Amino acid sequence: MEKLIIDQAKVGDIKKLIALCPFHALEERDGKLEINAACKMCRLCVKQGPSGAVTVQETEDRRPALDKEQWRGIAVYVDHVDGEIHPVTYELIGKARELASKIGHPVYALFAGSGLSEQCRELLHYGVDAVYVYDQNALEHFTIEAYTNVLEYFIENVKPSSILVGATTVGRQLAPRTAARVKTGLTADCTILDMSPDTDLIQIRPAFGGNIMAQIHTPDHRPQMATVRYKIMTAPTRSEEESGEIIPCLLPEKKLHSNLDVLEVLPKAPETSIEACDVLVVAGRGVKKEGDLDLLRELAALLGGQLACTRPMIEAGWMDAKRQIGLSGRTVRPKLIITCGVSGSVQFAAGMNNADHIVAINTDEKAAIFRIAHCCLVGDLYEIVPGLIAKIKANRGLYHDGI
Amino acid sequence: MNILVCIKQVPETNKVAVDPDTGVLLRGGVASKMNPYDLYALETALRLRELHGGSITVISMGPPQAEQVIREAFAMGADEGVLLSDRRFGGADVLATSYTLSQGIRSAGAFDLILCGKQTTDGDTAQVGPEIGEWLGIPSVSNVRRVIESSPEGLTVEMDMPKAVEIVKLRFPCLLAVDKDIYQPRLPSYVRKKATSDRKIRILTLADMEDQEESHYGLSGSPTQVQRIFSPESEITQEIWRGSGPELCDRLYDKLTELKFV
Repeated sequence: MEKLIIDQAKVGDIKKLIALCPFHALEERDGKLEINAACKMCRLCVKQGPSGAVTVQETEDRRPALDKEQWRGIAVYVDHVDGEIHPVTYELIGKARELASKIGHPVYALFAGSGLSEQCRELLHYGVDAVYVYDQNALEHFTIEAYTNVLEYFIENVKPSSILVGATTVGRQLAPRTAARVKTGLTADCTILDMSPDTDLIQIRPAFGGNIMAQIHTPDHRPQMATVRYKIMTAPTRSEEESGEIIPCLLPEKKLHSNLDVLEVLPKAPETSIEACDVLVVAGRGVKKEGDLDLLRELAALLGGQLACTRPMIEAGWMDAKRQIGLSGRTVRPKLIITCGVSGSVQFAAGMNNADHIVAINTDEKAAIFRIAHCCLVGDLYEIVPGLIAKIKANRGLYHDGI
Repeated sequence: MNILVCIKQVPETNKVAVDPDTGVLLRGGVASKMNPYDLYALETALRLRELHGGSITVISMGPPQAEQVIREAFAMGADEGVLLSDRRFGGADVLATSYTLSQGIRSAGAFDLILCGKQTTDGDTAQVGPEIGEWLGIPSVSNVRRVIESSPEGLTVEMDMPKAVEIVKLRFPCLLAVDKDIYQPRLPSYVRKKATSDRKIRILTLADMEDQEESHYGLSGSPTQVQRIFSPESEITQEIWRGSGPELCDRLYDKLTELKFV
C-alpha cells in the first residue's frame, strides 16, 4: 500500500496546490495542508505540485501475496434473456480473445439458464476455447442470488484471471453482487481494456464526469472484473466452423435457492431505441426551450433518424430518459450523428464517439465536442438548422414536383 | 415499515476542463447537491411510508459537509439521518464503499427495506447498491421501474431487463435500486426544512462499526487502484467550419448529400 506524506515546508503557495486536486481532497486547516477522505491516490499533487511537497510513502502491506499463476483464462458472462443471447456477449468474446492472446490464456464463456443446448453451440462460432454451461430448470429466469451462486461456483472451480460482463440491466446487478461475494475489484463501463504481461487487466474508463480518463488496475485480487457496455467493443465475424468445447456443469441443489420469486417475464413493447438508429440528431443545452425540440425532431425525421439528447435535457424533464446518450444513458454507434448545442463532456462522448460521422454545431469554438467531431460547425443551431430543414424539403419537393 | 435510503452528495456540475499545456484539471466552484437519482429512491420511500406507516432513515458517506444532503432529505420528509464520516473511509472504491455502507447500516439499526438510486452522477457505476445487498446477505433487485404491490411483509416489483420486464416478488428484508421512471420526486418543503433545521444527525466513525479493522476500509480496503488519469486523445481528421448561418447551412447540406444522407 501507499500513502501520501506532506512536507509543509515545501508546500509554498498552499492555494495553488489545493487547486491541483480534481477530487477536492486537499484542504487547508490552521494554515497547514491536509489530505481528506476524498483522495483517490491519483498522485496529481505529487507530480504537478512543488517538488517534495507531497510524496508517496510505501506502507506495510497487509494483503496476502497473490499467486497470479493460479488464475488462468479470460471469462465472458453470456448475457441473455430466455436463451436469447445479447450481442454484447460476442463483442466481449472478441475483446477477450485479443486480451488472452497477449498472455497465452484461454477464453471461456459462462452460460447459465435453462434449455440452452442449442444456443451454447452458437458461441462456438466466435472463438471461445470452452463454454461452461449451467443448464438447470431453477435457472430459467434471472434471479440475483442463484445467478451470483453460479458465478461464485464457476470462479472457485475454474479460477479465471479476468471476467468480462456486459453492462446490461442484468450484468450491472450480477457483476457487483459477484465482486462483493468473492471480494474483488470491479470496474464499471470500461471503454478500453488491455492486458499487461503479468496478467493484470488494464481497465480504462471516463472518470469523474469531466474530461478525464482513469486507468485502473486490480493488482492484488483475482478474478479481475470489468463491465463493458454494448457497442463499445467490436464483435468478431462469425466463423462457419465451430471451435472449442462445451463443458456441462451443475450447480449444487442448495445453491439454486432464491429468496425472491419471479412471477412472470413479459416481453417489452417493441420500441425504436436510439441504439438501433443509423441517424441521430442530438439536443443539448444549447436548445433554449422545450418547444424548439420540434425543430430538431423534424430534422431527424427528414434524415430518417431519431432525436436523442444529453443529460441536462433529461434533468429538465424535456425528454425521455431512454433517449439520453452517454455513460448514464445509452451508447450509440450510428452512421451519422448531428449534435446541436451539445458541449460534449467525456460522459457524453463515451456514449457516441464510435459513430461513423460526427457533425457538431456549437457556438463555442472551445466546446469539448469539437475535439471529437469530424465536422465542426462553429455557429448557432438556430441559424443553421431551420435553413437546413428548408433546403432538404425544397430539394425533395423539387424532385417530387418534377415527376 | 422501517426504510433506509442511501443518498450521496455529488458535485453540482460535472464540468471540468483540462489545461492543454499542463494536463492539470481546472474545476470551478465546489457547489454540491444530492445525487439526482437518489431523489427517486427517497420518493419511493415516502410513498411506501404513506401506505404502511413506519419511519425513513437516510444514510450517506462522505465528508462532514455531506450533512447538507441529509438535511435536504429531512426537508422532503425523511425522519432520521446517519452520516458515515471518517478520514479512514477515504479513497474507497466500490467494494470498500459498499462494505463501509453495509457496516454503517448494521450499526444504524434494523431495516425492512433499503432503497438506492439507479447510480450516482459522479461515479456512474450503479454498482454500490447490489454490493451492499451482497454484504448484508439480502436479495437485491436493480432497475426497478414500478412497485406493483406492497404489504408489510414484502413487495412485488417490475424489473427492467434488456428485452423484457421481470415481475419479481420479494420478502423483507431486501434492497431495491430504483429507476427514474418510478415516481416523480416531490420538492423539499420550506416549512419542513425550518422545522428540522436542528434535528440531530448521527455521525458514525470507524469506532462505531462492528468490524473495526482499518484495512477493510478506504484505500487499503479497495482492490482497484487508479494508476493514472489523463485527457482523452483525439486522433481524427477534422474540418472546422466558420461562417454565417446560411453559409454553414449550405456546407452542411452539401456534406450530407455527399455522404448520401439526403
